[in-house]
Amino acid sequence: MLPESVAQDADALAIDEQLPNAIVEARVPHGEVELVIAPEHLAAACKLLKGRGYQQLSGVTGVDWWPRDPRFEVVYFLRSFRNNRRLRLIVRAAEDQEIDSVTSVWRGANWYEREVFDLFGVTFRNHPNLERIMMPADWEGFPLRKDYPVHGHKYSYGRE
Amino acid sequence: MKEGEAHVLSLDADHELEMPDPSGIPPLEAAEAASPRRMILNMGPQHPSTHGVLRVLVELDGETIVNARPEIGFLHTGIEKQCEDRKYQQVVPLTDRVDYLSNLANNFCYALAIEKLLDLEIPPLAQWMRVMLVELSRIASHLVWLGTHALDIGAMSVYFYCFREREEILKVFETFSGQRMMTSYIRPGGLALEPPRGWHKMVKVLADRLTRSTEEYADLLTTNPIWMNRTKGIGGLPVDLMIELGITGPMLRAAGIPTDVRKSCPHSSYEKFDFDVPTRTSNDVFGRYEIRLEEMRQSVRIVKQALEGMPGGPWQADAPHVVLPDREKMKTQMEALIYHFKIVTEGYRVPAGSTFAVVESPRGELGYYVVSDGTARPHRVYMRTPSFGNLQALGALLEGALIADSIAIMGSIDFVLGDVDR
Repeated sequence: MLPESVAQDADALAIDEQLPNAIVEARVPHGEVELVIAPEHLAAACKLLKGRGYQQLSGVTGVDWWPRDPRFEVVYFLRSFRNNRRLRLIVRAAEDQEIDSVTSVWRGANWYEREVFDLFGVTFRNHPNLERIMMPADWEGFPLRKDYPVHGHKYSYGRE
Repeated sequence: MKEGEAHVLSLDADHELEMPDPSGIPPLEAAEAASPRRMILNMGPQHPSTHGVLRVLVELDGETIVNARPEIGFLHTGIEKQCEDRKYQQVVPLTDRVDYLSNLANNFCYALAIEKLLDLEIPPLAQWMRVMLVELSRIASHLVWLGTHALDIGAMSVYFYCFREREEILKVFETFSGQRMMTSYIRPGGLALEPPRGWHKMVKVLADRLTRSTEEYADLLTTNPIWMNRTKGIGGLPVDLMIELGITGPMLRAAGIPTDVRKSCPHSSYEKFDFDVPTRTSNDVFGRYEIRLEEMRQSVRIVKQALEGMPGGPWQADAPHVVLPDREKMKTQMEALIYHFKIVTEGYRVPAGSTFAVVESPRGELGYYVVSDGTARPHRVYMRTPSFGNLQALGALLEGALIADSIAIMGSIDFVLGDVDR
């Protein structure tokens, strides 16, 4: 059942028609449509949306809600130049959960997913090259997680 | 290196460097057939033409690039992590340091996001002043680009002209904010300080000067045969692929797509200004040069309109819980003193929620995704930076190009490494 807030939204209706139960939750904060998608339907939903004019994936990021479970939200920013629209897809993931990569839909997802993997430790299934991108290859830990300290990781520069 | 083995960089090296990912484009078939002519060349991270710390591994067949892999992260400073540790108003100076050539665009985008979350109404004077300053910073950023791009290709004198005018723009910024580059002038709720006395005349003189000097740069380069030979017909990519790889801004406009956030989703009174979004269909380095030059002319146009129609009134929103009170009021009124104390010590709380604010930075679409959990510190600040998306296409842009052209192609992307690595 489609949430009421997006009952009139053409994209949400299209997803709901093709992939029933894919939309878990929907919000429209400040007039921006946000759809929470079930992880197993993500790749299919993205493919569908790309066909509906969302030619560009303008970014992927994570939000860590630790200690809540599932702790991660992976946010996909979709952009349609043709229809001048933006859409956000959100997938909730537990710490050891793998998410389908969308690199097969948008090749530009490559670096963005690598960044999320690097900084949050979320792994993407079927990604062509899931390596660290910002941090050195031998870095331990995932800096943007909430249980990772802002200061004093490994090295301390203060007085002992 | 073992004895008897050729050095990696020598022409005799028969060893293969694994390059599975030129930013998501599968390697060309030609690259797979090993040939003794192939060699790996390492550019950067310290290379003058990379304008920062970018490493590019290029695989060459003779002088042709068969494969290129950009490597980033050398300037990663964890700005997004630091944002989570600070109060909302303390994040503003961090946003300056993301894209250090167009600081005001970053201040602007962050302020828009926070104002959306706080549901603040910004007075017209502040909106117009923001537009004027952001357009000036667009010109300043394009001037750095034009100067260094021309310098890379070999036209040295353009650099001096560009930096001469850029310095004048920075002087204006200094008059407004006290800082040449890290201005932090646009803040949630309006501007940081009252516009200084005499700013109108100063900006007017500058705008007139920029009108003249833009034509000067055009005279130096547009019909210059060396410039045309070096830049025409290189660095193209199919438009669909460009969009898919995440390219935005002038590069996309040079490929014929009239995309501009200022027009498509007007914010901060942009709808009241009359300007054009230039496009070209040549989709090459020269086209990108023409686009940026034309954008400078359009920005001057916007600045002149802002000078003519600048509204009066307050320069900060009527939101005492967000905006620091006037110094004089703070010393004489109890209420103002309390607000001042509260903002400085605890900051201001932002209602829980999330928003994605987008502006057109000189490099393309700049977006700030801010998630608030209802406290005085942001839960998450994600910067959708244009350079990151644009640079991702570098591997694809360089494939099949000549090694000498790679410098021109890299320059035409106009990336700022601080913007890429954050």
